[in-house]
Amino acid sequence: MLGAASVQETMDFALISQAATLRSRLPFIHFFDGFRTSHEVSKIEMLDETVIRALIDDKIIAAHRANSMTPDKPVLRGTAQNPDVFFQGREAANGFYSACPDIVQKVMDEFAALTGRSYNLFDYTGAKDAERVVVLMGSGCEAAHEAVEHLIAKGEKIGLLKVRLYRPFDGKRFIAALPASVKKVAVLDRTKEPGATGEPLYQDVVTALMEETAAGRSHLKAVPQVFTGRYGLSSKEFTPAMVKGVFDNLTVSAPKNHFTVGINDDMNHTSLAYDANFSTEPANVVRALFYGLGADGTVGANKNSIKIIGEETENYAQGYFVYDSKKSGSMTVSHLRFGPQPIRSSYLISSSNFVACHLPVFLERYEMLRSLVPGGTFLLNTPQSKDAVWASLPTPVQEILLAKKAKFHVIYATKVARVSGMGGRINTIMQVCFFALSGVLPKDEAIAAIKNSIKKTYGKKGDEVVQMNLKAVDNTLANLHEVSVQDNKVNGTGPLLPSITPNAPAFVRNVLGKIAAGDGDELPVSCFPNNGSFPTATAQYEKRNLALEIPVWDEKICIQCLKCVAICPHATIRAKVYEPAELKNAPPTFKTADSRIPEFKGQKFTLQIAAEDCTGCAICVDVCPARNKTETKLKAINMRPQPPLRAAESVNWDYFLNLPEIDRRKIKSGTLRQQQLLQPLFEFSGACAGCGETPYIKMVTQLFGDRMVVANATGCSSIYGGNLPTTPYATDKCGRGPTWCNSLFEDNAEFGLGFRVSLDQQKQFAGELLKKLAPQLGDDLVTQILTADQSDEAGIADQRERVAALKQKLPALNTTESKLLIPLADQLVKKSVWIFGGDGWAYDIGYGGLDHVLASGHNVNVLVMDTEVYSNTGGQMSKSTPRGAIAKFAAGGKPAGKKDLGLIAMSYGNIYVASVAMGAKDEHTLKAFIEAESYPGPSLIIAYSHCIAHGIALDQGIGARQQKLAVESGQWLLYRYDPRRAERGENPLQLDSAAAKSKVSDFMMSENRFKMLTKSKPEDAKKFFAQSQVDADRRWKFYQFMSQRDLKTETAPAVKPPTSIEA
Amino acid sequence: MDLTTNYLGLKLRSPLVVSASPLSENLDNLKRMEDAGASAIVLNSLFEEQLRQDRLELNQNLQQGTESFAESLTYFPEAEEYHLGPEEYLKHVAAAKKTTRVPVIASLNGSSAGGWTSYAKQIQQAGADALELNIYYIPTDMNLTGTEVEMTYLDILKSVKSNVTIPVAVKLSPFFSNFANMAKRLDQAGANGLVLFNRFYQPDIELETLEVKPNILLSTPMAMRLPLRWIALLHGRVNASLAATSGIHRASDALKMLMAGADVTMLCSTLLRHGIPQIAAIERDLVSWLTEHEYESVSQLKGSLSQKNCAEPAAFERAQYMKALTGYTAAH
Repeated sequence: MLGAASVQETMDFALISQAATLRSRLPFIHFFDGFRTSHEVSKIEMLDETVIRALIDDKIIAAHRANSMTPDKPVLRGTAQNPDVFFQGREAANGFYSACPDIVQKVMDEFAALTGRSYNLFDYTGAKDAERVVVLMGSGCEAAHEAVEHLIAKGEKIGLLKVRLYRPFDGKRFIAALPASVKKVAVLDRTKEPGATGEPLYQDVVTALMEETAAGRSHLKAVPQVFTGRYGLSSKEFTPAMVKGVFDNLTVSAPKNHFTVGINDDMNHTSLAYDANFSTEPANVVRALFYGLGADGTVGANKNSIKIIGEETENYAQGYFVYDSKKSGSMTVSHLRFGPQPIRSSYLISSSNFVACHLPVFLERYEMLRSLVPGGTFLLNTPQSKDAVWASLPTPVQEILLAKKAKFHVIYATKVARVSGMGGRINTIMQVCFFALSGVLPKDEAIAAIKNSIKKTYGKKGDEVVQMNLKAVDNTLANLHEVSVQDNKVNGTGPLLPSITPNAPAFVRNVLGKIAAGDGDELPVSCFPNNGSFPTATAQYEKRNLALEIPVWDEKICIQCLKCVAICPHATIRAKVYEPAELKNAPPTFKTADSRIPEFKGQKFTLQIAAEDCTGCAICVDVCPARNKTETKLKAINMRPQPPLRAAESVNWDYFLNLPEIDRRKIKSGTLRQQQLLQPLFEFSGACAGCGETPYIKMVTQLFGDRMVVANATGCSSIYGGNLPTTPYATDKCGRGPTWCNSLFEDNAEFGLGFRVSLDQQKQFAGELLKKLAPQLGDDLVTQILTADQSDEAGIADQRERVAALKQKLPALNTTESKLLIPLADQLVKKSVWIFGGDGWAYDIGYGGLDHVLASGHNVNVLVMDTEVYSNTGGQMSKSTPRGAIAKFAAGGKPAGKKDLGLIAMSYGNIYVASVAMGAKDEHTLKAFIEAESYPGPSLIIAYSHCIAHGIALDQGIGARQQKLAVESGQWLLYRYDPRRAERGENPLQLDSAAAKSKVSDFMMSENRFKMLTKSKPEDAKKFFAQSQVDADRRWKFYQFMSQRDLKTETAPAVKPPTSIEA
Repeated sequence: MDLTTNYLGLKLRSPLVVSASPLSENLDNLKRMEDAGASAIVLNSLFEEQLRQDRLELNQNLQQGTESFAESLTYFPEAEEYHLGPEEYLKHVAAAKKTTRVPVIASLNGSSAGGWTSYAKQIQQAGADALELNIYYIPTDMNLTGTEVEMTYLDILKSVKSNVTIPVAVKLSPFFSNFANMAKRLDQAGANGLVLFNRFYQPDIELETLEVKPNILLSTPMAMRLPLRWIALLHGRVNASLAATSGIHRASDALKMLMAGADVTMLCSTLLRHGIPQIAAIERDLVSWLTEHEYESVSQLKGSLSQKNCAEPAAFERAQYMKALTGYTAAH
């Protein structure tokens, strides 16, 4: 295990570990810090091929190959070994491990001779007479290196030992690398081993010191005292200030051991205090911070700037990018450093010479000027003119600009981008401003370099794209204006907006609110639940105001079909029917209409938009079937600018929420327009604007949310569903709602099955107790509870009332059974277990487990949100990816066809299977959900989910249209397979798609994932398109045949679902 | 029977030419067309605007959602190269030339001055025997005068002509104030042929969804009346070859067009409707009519009923409308 600490070392160690693994014949793990190192952009020296050649001898490759498996020289490996010999066999391999450290060091020495970059298994840096030494590995070494250099220049007797080769741990070399003068050692681990006597590196260090000293191989004057601490878990910041804190701890008479650094542990008091203002950033490094909107291209432009500076100047450059946990309207913060020396600062910028804000609304929410140095430059993209902008700033922003005597520049980059044909991408414009203002390069040189790089970057995408970027460059400087700060007084718009609304509960405000404001690092340990359970229904307090435009209801045109409510990915369009009297105190702009739903005649109807939660995707408008008769471009909902509507609609929304929810017992949930009146218990998620997955989850929560348990596979749905700070899973007025847990990617089905088995056991036990208590409770109540029909909402409501009555009676009984039953009584009300995941989970990584769970016969409901790629990680191919689609790992189009997961599941015969596409046929989806949940065995719903990774204009609300195209072309089938039909002697399969109305190629050409291939590999594209049509035709014929077979035979008795896991 | 005719300086074995349509996107179809007797083939059009649109769309789709979320900084792999220019079309022209022995006429719809000329040159290099300029242009700007619209056509023709040596035909719409004058000016500007007329996709209204949708209707024999008139009027008055297109479905339609003065008759809708072998059927009927009526050659027939040569030249002028209308009313 060889650990790299920087981007340069990552490249160097890739070669060193490759050479060492071939020479030592041991497998190597070359590790470096995820994100901090893997995603840092840095100017490094590339390894020349001659260096690679010199270190990797052809003979050694030949030797490696000679060891491969071939029937020409057969051997047997992987033998099963019994207790008599296994042990000896293991020991026989010791030689490889004992030889390894010398081999690695030799490779390092050869590498140094070739490149001048010298490494050792343990590298010491610091004072020769150091008394205090810190030991660590990984990217933290760079921050520590910076701190040590800074402090020894001031005469401190300290040092740093960087561990390169972690395993095999060479105790001899370790001790030799320490200065003889060392008295105290602090070992830092970037991990936590609950229950261990210390983290792994600490244990190695302690053992090595003891053993080497005992063996008489130590040159140290005395055995040093060893202390240990944890830092930087999950890429948390690790700064020179924290390193200084660690050294300071070693100076006190009784240093803290098993400490933490970088957090405030106010519960266990492990954390070290440190001076956060201690900085080692050299004055000759230019530091810049950019607050960009994900979609505006800021990060790409900054990566490009680093390239320009790195290539065009002698300067070293470093970039690191911090992303949001939300997928829509997310903020990116770019941290850029430029300077004459190599940059070791492996931490975020806390004092910057330049701050740019690419979206004015961020300025209202985040304290981005905190880090600006006195006299630093602030650049703002704003629609305000240079004369009007000052008064439009929040008061704290004005105060800080004045206090820091900042230079302030403005540009209406959004307009420049629009005029130049760049849409919302202001990246090139802001990049030009940065170069113009920062002075890193002479202005003309910088502009020439930007233009060159535009030609290089966009050249292959065609001249138009190059030209619009060049035009943007040319249009920029004339629109960049300086605002004189010192001439102004404080007259701002007021304080920054809170990240969480004031009506939120204290925990949400004080803890989740801090995280939402970007200040999560400041939260002490005591704020956090020690069992990892967070409250739900919290997304409602995070008003993100993302939408530039929101839908506005035209009550006169609306036919009250509620299709918009169903498809809204963020549950920001809702409908209610209510008694006219409820309107008594309605706000003046609150809209209402007479209910057109027959069952609610005489009542009023309102369609209300949550203006502050809407992402502006416009999919609702796209699905709206009603048109204004005199002006057909208008529908029953139309997009209108949000800002002028925000205040009034916010009041309307609150009023709407307070209208009574529909009585669930009165709803015919099989019809969409009634079902969509149910309260969604999934709202305002962080999913992409226009997401194709979330409408399904929302629908499930409307139907079963008050009694559902969710096991969620890792992926998009676990991110928008369960990424802190807030969660979209919500509760009803009784406080009931989905309870949700994410375990792993690979075990989600089994995890969900565990819920089912546990719930069934609890229910069974409760039933047994109930029977025993029948004499005291009365036979009627007991029988009613045990035989209750809970197949519909009314049945469930009645059962809840019975259980409530039971819970009232139980305490008085005061028997062993009654005491046992009290905590279990609620399990007598039907619970619905849902297993959510994407195709990456269901088709690939979790498939083995999913198959096992489906085959178990247990009553679980599996919802596969099938985007046909791994969406969350950026569109990698899965086995669900259709033939010919371009995805990562299938850049030439996926050669194999899509796996038919539904068909595999149907082959068991006792699994309910449905293939649905809400955008194509919403009531079909609804029917499938209801049937699946009511089926007393396993159910699998495969739901077509349009996705940003399909290369469609998701932000223009066309997702549902794509689903329709997929179904109408036969690319996606709609069907339901219900084993209960077979029990009745009917064919269990119902094919719900009509025969294809269009060609599969019409659908494929409408999505970039397919169309792109016609541009990159046109010949292959033609073949794939033709084959895809054949696939679709065959699939249709096969399913038609399957659904039309006459299966009338003697009905077999239904097999009873298992009641325990052994079944 | 001598069916030969001359179009754009190319000697063709018959006047039956296949006009631009999606059928010619497929190389196998080209072979079938030749086998069925097509004397020349106009390939499907290269649309510059489409290429431009595709490039912008590709860029937008590749950029959407990138660099926003830590785990998915991009959504698509970057291809090594993109074929975003006319390469595909040029390859098709070259392949078409290898596939068939009959003359191949490429068709170009440009959208920029540079596009018209550079694509025309590349098409010539790819081996096309001739080029048809498919000027698909609907002026909707109320401030644009007819003169300006006409100049656009002439400028495109002149710039293409000065850049290529292969013959150039212009496919036109009939919507000019004085089509005869337009034809004359195009002729003078060097057009080797005029193709009458371009059929634009006309929008339609979907009653149920209240949406405007382009509705592609195949032509009917009725559509041939307009080109018939103008070919008859132009025959013998311009040097350019005349090609008739729109509504030619049967041998009788072709005969009428030839009599009016067309050098070639172009087939499209009938092939889409009945298949490529329809060319052979039309030729068979054409030959038998000519034989029956004791014609020796197509050239004998060509222009025999043009305005210049027919017994009643006024029949092609406006008065005909009044008569026809009177007759129609009387009959019903």
